[in-house]
Amino acid sequence: MNDIVLSATGLVMRFGGITATDNVSLNLKRGARHALIGPNGAGKTTLINLLTGVLTPTAGRIVLEGEDITRLAPHRRVARGMVRTFQINQLFDSMTPLETLALVVSQQAGLAAQWWRPLGSTAKVSERAAQLLEQFHLSDVAQQQTRQLAYGKRRLLEIAIALACEPRVLLLDEPVAGVPAGEREELLQTVAALPADVSVLLIEHDMDLVFSFADRMTVLVNGALLTEGDPDTIANDPKVKEVYLGHGAAHV
Amino acid sequence: MDFRDSLLQKARWRPWEFAVWAVAFVLPGLVPSHALMINEIAIVALFAMSLDLILGYTGIVSLGHAAFFGFGAYTAALFAKLVMPDPTVGLVVAVLLSALLGAMASITILRGSDLTRLMVTLGTALLLLELANKLDWLTGGADGLQGVVMGPVLGLFEFDLYGRTAAWYSLAVMLVLFLLMRRLVHSPFGATLKAIRDNRLRAMAIGIPVVSRIAVIYTVAAAVAGAAGALLAQTTGFASLDVLAFDRSADVLLMLVIGGVGWLYGGIAGAVVFKLLQNWLSAVTPQYWMFWIGLILVLLVLVGRDRLLKPWTWFGARGGSRP
Repeated sequence: MNDIVLSATGLVMRFGGITATDNVSLNLKRGARHALIGPNGAGKTTLINLLTGVLTPTAGRIVLEGEDITRLAPHRRVARGMVRTFQINQLFDSMTPLETLALVVSQQAGLAAQWWRPLGSTAKVSERAAQLLEQFHLSDVAQQQTRQLAYGKRRLLEIAIALACEPRVLLLDEPVAGVPAGEREELLQTVAALPADVSVLLIEHDMDLVFSFADRMTVLVNGALLTEGDPDTIANDPKVKEVYLGHGAAHV
Repeated sequence: MDFRDSLLQKARWRPWEFAVWAVAFVLPGLVPSHALMINEIAIVALFAMSLDLILGYTGIVSLGHAAFFGFGAYTAALFAKLVMPDPTVGLVVAVLLSALLGAMASITILRGSDLTRLMVTLGTALLLLELANKLDWLTGGADGLQGVVMGPVLGLFEFDLYGRTAAWYSLAVMLVLFLLMRRLVHSPFGATLKAIRDNRLRAMAIGIPVVSRIAVIYTVAAAVAGAAGALLAQTTGFASLDVLAFDRSADVLLMLVIGGVGWLYGGIAGAVVFKLLQNWLSAVTPQYWMFWIGLILVLLVLVGRDRLLKPWTWFGARGGSRP
């Protein structure tokens, strides 16, 4: 099926005796704005780690654009357009945002193996880096060491790096965690403004944001799939209410 | 585009860099009596810069970098003795074989923690040391490889007794390799190395082939270390087991600690300071010079290089941080 971009079938991940992902199947449609929700410890981040190749599943299969990528190295998945952000910022602390984005853009343009010309000497690269800095309000701190940036700026850089990779499938792991309320909307709008054929899988705790953003939702509980559906169905699902509000709440 | 300018600015040559190299090349002519010392400093500086490529730029720790230095030294010495005495050809051969050894050894350092890398690199160097010791029909064993006679550099410049040709030869090789390394660390390739050092997980997540990058830079570092070793063997006409010894791996690490990592000139500065200190202290207190070197290192690390070099900050206010 051509309109399914990413499909995971029967994913299982065990760490010793703990089953972090328990037979999860997920289909991401082309252009979807798909949310992955569930209480803490439901295995959302583990699922992202499996999809991006940080972890290799104990069992199951992952197919991206019709190709089996279950055992493909993480960097090769990026080359095929699958890009993620991290719940906890993963940045290059000794570099500046400018250098970081110039590097990511170079990598994306296939220039990162160049060792003779200085970083940024290709006009296309430095222009795109400058454009990203502008878009993510990082221009004023572009020349500071990333380690010295304030949390909000670091969070913006985290997202900017992912978008600089020109994703076809974007996995966002709590992108707005710790971002001041005023900037959350704008950040998600940037994500929503991605081309319509880019598929997004979003993990988020802020339910207002999730419901305003997603056109489809998957609920994970204890590593297993609880239910999947469009936002209205999920909002009115008694099982989901029970998970989020505790036993008995569904009957209120 | 001002962002482009500021990116390119970092790769641009500063005036003081020209001065450093000009001074380096004038010195052997100015003070011929110290040419041997200058030669030695140039060689260990090159060796230190090669370690910086993996340690400072990529974050790969090594306690056995002398493996490649020593391998280059023996290769160059054996090549001169058995094949032909031309130094340039010998140097190229030593560099290529050291690179090959580095490529093979890189397999051992691709995965695992810093601790595993310390042990594996240390082990590799010890292995080579013992090989050189046991293969005495080839290497001369504990007596060292003697009878190495070098031809003139480029067929023109004979090695002289004062060591001036040696110093210029080593400086020239060091400059050429430095230029290549300087290009490399400022390039997108160099940026991928720093990204791997800073955050390997994210480096993978932006599509950098981390494993192959580490293998490549380890090979390059081995090649440069091999060049430094070859220079030592060629300019002294001798190779002995101490080129592979643990002390050599440790000394070069100390030089980087003194000069600073992640900065090619750190290797040069560290080599100059270390060698001058060693020279001076062993003249003043022949028995105890290691004691003083140790003391200086402890101070350097505890106080910090920046503060040590800026005495005026020693007694100033500390911003009320004191109780």
